[in-house]
This record gives sequence, C-alpha cells and structure tokens, in this order.
Amino acid sequence: MKTRHAATEPGPVFRIGLALLLFAITAGLALALLAEPVAPGVAGQVEAALGDSGAKNHVTAVLLNFRGYDTLLELAVLTSALVGVWALGVAPDIKETTPSPVLLGMNSVLIPLAPLFCAYLLWAGASRPGGAFQAGAVLAAAAVLYNISCRRPELRLPSAPLRPGIVIGLGVFIATGFGVMGGGRAFMEYPAGLAGGLILLIETAATLSIALILASLFVGGRPEGEP
Amino acid sequence: MSSGILFACGGLGLLAIGIWALVLRAHLIRKVLAINVMGSGAFLLLVGAGSMGEAGVDPVPQAMVITGIVVAISATALALALVLRLANATGKPALPEDRERDLMDSEER
Repeated sequence: MKTRHAATEPGPVFRIGLALLLFAITAGLALALLAEPVAPGVAGQVEAALGDSGAKNHVTAVLLNFRGYDTLLELAVLTSALVGVWALGVAPDIKETTPSPVLLGMNSVLIPLAPLFCAYLLWAGASRPGGAFQAGAVLAAAAVLYNISCRRPELRLPSAPLRPGIVIGLGVFIATGFGVMGGGRAFMEYPAGLAGGLILLIETAATLSIALILASLFVGGRPEGEP
Repeated sequence: MSSGILFACGGLGLLAIGIWALVLRAHLIRKVLAINVMGSGAFLLLVGAGSMGEAGVDPVPQAMVITGIVVAISATALALALVLRLANATGKPALPEDRERDLMDSEER
C-alpha cells in the first residue's frame, strides 16, 4: 500500500521520536516521584476541620464543604455536556430487537434494587464511602438497563419533568450557596449546625440530576418532540 | 507508601500509552478511547501520589478524582456524539487531514 496514503502516515522516525519523548517524560516524572520527599499534604487539616463540616466522611466533607466550588462546577459541566449533546440533534433511532430473556430476568432483579441501593449510598455518604455521584451513577445504570431492554416506548419520559429534573441539582446547590450568605457568611459557607442537613439536601437533588443527565447522555440526543 | 508509588507509576505508564495512541491513531473513536486511557492514568497518578505521604491517605486528591471521573464521562459522551455527527456528515470518522488514512491502523503495510 505504498500509494499516496504513505504520505499521510506517520513515518518510523516520527514514531521513534514520539516514543523517546514519552519515555523521557515518564521516566522524569517517575524519578521526581521517587526522589522528592513527600509533602505532608492536607490530611491533617481536613481531620481538624471535620467536626464543623457536617459530614463524618473525609471525602464527602472535602467534596461538599471545603471544596464546594469543584462539585458545583462539576454539576455545571455535566449539565452543559448534556446541553451540547442535545444541541447536536435528536436521539438516533435504535433498531428494536427482541430482548434476550437473560437481560429481562436480570432487569427484573436489578432495576427494583437500584433505587434502594441508591438511597443507601446517598445516606451512607455522610459517614462512609458513598455519596451523590455514586448514587446517581447506580440510578443511571438502572435507567440504561431499562433503556436497552427495548421497553423504550414506555420509557419515553415526558419532556416536561425531564428538564427541571436535570437542572434541579445545580439549582438547589446554587440556591443553598446563596441562601446561607446572610449574617456575614461567604458564598457556600454553611452555618455549623445546619451543615449536615444542607449537605444531604444538596446531595439528594444532585443525585436526581446526575442520574437523569447520565441516562440522557447514554440515549445520545434530545428526546423526540423537543424543539 | 510502597503501593502508592506503584499506583503512581502505573498511572504514568497509562498516561504515556494514551498519548501514544492519541497522536498516532486516526480513527476518532480510538482517539476518544486514548483520551480516556490518559484520564485513567492521571487519576491513578493523583490517587497514588496522594497516598504516599506519611500522614495517611489524603482525601483531597480522592475528592478531585471523583470530580474528574464524572467530568471525563460527560466529556466522553459529548465527544462520542460529535464523532457520530461527523461520521454521518462526512462518511468517515476521522479528521479532515487524516481522512485518507486507513482507519483500521494496521501495522503491517
């Protein structure tokens, strides 16, 4: 195949150069990792501030209290990704096939369990590994399973509750952030006594939104009948 | 300590493999996959390096990685939707300058 295609293929010199470059970068970073004495990190500070954060789990406290902006902007990224996918066109038509009995059987077990597991993960997030993103992902997985089992006509959610559901997480987060601003506090600086309840409120709304967004991203386009 | 450095070096390896494929492969879905491999490498590097300190596991890198995973998923979904549109519009899932290449990227030619 030494036709005009050859001109556009990367040559061996290019490949060797790239390999050497990548090897140098990797080796340099690995040496830096090995050589540098490790900085103590901020684990101690997180431990010290944990009592005021309203969550007993370190990761949850960091996600929703100490570095709340990260999580807020992450929800914004999710929402804007979905807006981008919807802007590209309507969902592609997937050919309806007869679902296998294995899939249907698995669905009948997993789909009812998923909301239960989701609620557990959400609740456990305050003190143990868990939280809004894990719970939302479980719920979205149930929706995806439902989607591929060719029950699509019944799945078609009416568009009216879909859109508010998608922005509710972001909305509740921002509203709570501004809501606690009275009395000289900064944006998203929760009062110490209320922090636990507020985090649970934010996480519940975020779970719903994340599940809806992930499931809609899987469908790959805006629902039919939407403008 | 020792497992942390192992994870961090594994992450570096994944990062290099991802860059290799991202540069050399023409098929856009392969490029998206390569970016995902790179992302996994970066997450592994962050978590591994975060657990190397004497003070125990640092929760801040873990929280950042959770955030990053979700962002990576949404970016992947958007990228795949774009690839789909491009393939529908041009007939080939590759960028204009790569469209002449063999998309299977076979090594023996």
